[in-house]
Amino acid sequence: MSVRPNARPVGHKPPFWRDRAKRALIFQFLLITAVIAFLLYIVGNVQANLSARGITTGFGFLDNTAGFGIVQSLIDYSSQSTYGRTFLVGLLNTLLVGGLGVVAATLVGFIIGIARLSPNWLIARLASGYIETFRNIPLLLQIFFWYFAVLRTLPSARDSFSFGEVMFLNVRGLYLPEPLFESGFGLVPLSLVVSVIASVALILWNRRRLDATGKRLPVVWLTLALIIGLPLVVIVATGVPITWDVPELRGFNFRGGVTVIPEFLALWLALTIYTAAFIAEIVRSGIQAISHGQTEAAQALSLPRNLVLRLVVIPQALRVIIPPLTSQYLNLIKNSSLATAIGYPDLVSVFAGTTLNQTGQAIEVIAMTMAVYLSISLLVSMFMNWFNARVALVER
Amino acid sequence: MIHHNEMIPQRPAPRHTLGPVAWLRTNLFSGPVNTVLTLLALYLLYLLIVPTVKWAIIDANWLGSTREDCTAEGACWVFIKARFTQFIYGLYPRSEIWRANIVFVLFFALIAWLAIPRLPLKRWVALFALVAFPVIAYVLLHGGHFDLPRVPTHRWGGLMLTLLLATVGMVCALPIGVVLALGRRSNMPIVKSFCVLFIEFWRGVPLITVLFMASVMLPLFLPSGITVDRLVRALIGLTLFQSAYMAEVIRGGLQAIPKGQEEAAAALGMTYWKRMGLIVLPQALKMMIPGIVNTFISLFKDTTLVMIIGLFDLLGIVQAALADSRWLGYSLEGYTFAALMFWIFCFSMSRYSQYLERRLNTGHKR
Repeated sequence: MSVRPNARPVGHKPPFWRDRAKRALIFQFLLITAVIAFLLYIVGNVQANLSARGITTGFGFLDNTAGFGIVQSLIDYSSQSTYGRTFLVGLLNTLLVGGLGVVAATLVGFIIGIARLSPNWLIARLASGYIETFRNIPLLLQIFFWYFAVLRTLPSARDSFSFGEVMFLNVRGLYLPEPLFESGFGLVPLSLVVSVIASVALILWNRRRLDATGKRLPVVWLTLALIIGLPLVVIVATGVPITWDVPELRGFNFRGGVTVIPEFLALWLALTIYTAAFIAEIVRSGIQAISHGQTEAAQALSLPRNLVLRLVVIPQALRVIIPPLTSQYLNLIKNSSLATAIGYPDLVSVFAGTTLNQTGQAIEVIAMTMAVYLSISLLVSMFMNWFNARVALVER
Repeated sequence: MIHHNEMIPQRPAPRHTLGPVAWLRTNLFSGPVNTVLTLLALYLLYLLIVPTVKWAIIDANWLGSTREDCTAEGACWVFIKARFTQFIYGLYPRSEIWRANIVFVLFFALIAWLAIPRLPLKRWVALFALVAFPVIAYVLLHGGHFDLPRVPTHRWGGLMLTLLLATVGMVCALPIGVVLALGRRSNMPIVKSFCVLFIEFWRGVPLITVLFMASVMLPLFLPSGITVDRLVRALIGLTLFQSAYMAEVIRGGLQAIPKGQEEAAAALGMTYWKRMGLIVLPQALKMMIPGIVNTFISLFKDTTLVMIIGLFDLLGIVQAALADSRWLGYSLEGYTFAALMFWIFCFSMSRYSQYLERRLNTGHKR
């Protein structure tokens, strides 16, 4: 090794642009200045543009009367309600289709994913056909297909499809019987709460007993029996305090019952089918990631097949499955904003669409809408991280 | 005592493990449950395939040019035939379509050249595709120079617009994604938090709000008097959105490179940009290609959302054609065509990505 000819004498400080720490400071200072300058520039332009168009900023518009109706609302809403109320209705509709979509997509996705690994050649082929078909077609196209090509071409109310004379499907939507709760029904939710508390206590007691004595009770069946059985007993004991409001054809339309609008059906179906294809792939790769040695070792310990799955394969597969599953859930919720294309009254449709067009408060409306999605993303990933941490603990 | 001096000749496998019957027995009818499942699946296939084939092929109408030619029960492919030019080029003037065709041919030729590993001169072709091709494509498609009549962007549409949005969005998002990914791994706290915020913001909101923002708020952000073309606004939205996803793919690739590589480069006295540009990124890029292709597929599907802000991409133009009063009631045909187009592109890209994954799966396994 030769000594560098221009090596600096010891103790001599390098110039500041050669000092990594100082360079980092300067660079970060420049970045911050650039970002702030950019933001100031935008804010200045926005103010100039807004005053030129005569739009006042602020969230005061939320108290104004909206003046338009919404076809589906989980809370009381009329055209006399305020824009704030519109926001709430849209948010609830987004959460409704998102929540139901997550549940259905998980169910279908797990079934298809497991079917994809079936030893039955035909079943595995069918499952992979499903996956390859639906994940390679844009979601918006699938929504249009279900809405315009399927649900919009259904017969009118008079010729609707009837399922056992209690459920009806026609061009205006799906009509379901609605349960009406009579007095005395209050005991049923109460009994449900009691049975849930009892089940939790049972599980905890069983765990302690298992640690102490090594004996276990069939907890799954016991808790299931408790949670389903107790409310059932209460319902029967109080004389079945439920009547069903069955939809009935009067004139040109159905009266009574619950109406599921076709926009919801189309969006929910498309979201479920599309996301399930992705979830199925995640489930398949998660299960395949568990090396075969794990299963063989469990079998060598003569664990029965269901315990091999429950104690060895599933806990390990879940650790692989959960992180990508979380991002699929988030995708589904974000994709539910495509509702606006077919007019399902979700947040983007009624708030970032109709409200924005009526009030012109683009900045506030878009900011509120984005804030909602950002908080949903944050909440779901926080919950899934917590769940993931719990599952990860299974690994010792 | 039994003693053999020579090997016993190999006997053939038992007959019941060979041949199609044995295959059927192991794969389809291995037990009562599997038998029932197989029969159910066969029935499902029968329910699915027979009406589809009947509708799409046997009973379909293929000949003619107007609605009156659709007399048979099945699909009316005449509709697709009559609208085909529109589905591919949008409202691009008929007399100028040759310009779009040149761009199409050049585009697919370049893609094929870059995608087939055996072809030489990859570097130069890539340089041509990234530098010269965009200029050529712009001059040809937009016109206004060299005696070519101008075609305003609102007349662009169909498959052409879909491909354009996806490709331009991707090419612009890649460098931004690289910078963001490097920034996210940086030691400088402000740079790092800025990148994290930027990435998580765009990943947390739906694309449609981004497009709304680009179409409604962007004009407010700019000084009055400056108007931005609607297509450009959509492209800005798509690029910002895509760059965040790209950054995460690149970060994944960067993480897969052992730290020793960077440390060794640092020990040789390389600067940060030399370490990244010559050592880390070339290795990481190889691992990222499948991820990048996958993001491209999702971007390709997501471009359909631009129809909500009033651009006529492939789905948008199909949807517009379905509203034509002369062709009412052929939505199934229209959607089937659009779905098939998207499916062919996405499926071949995903197969290509799997092929790359297998091909690149050499070494780097610790």
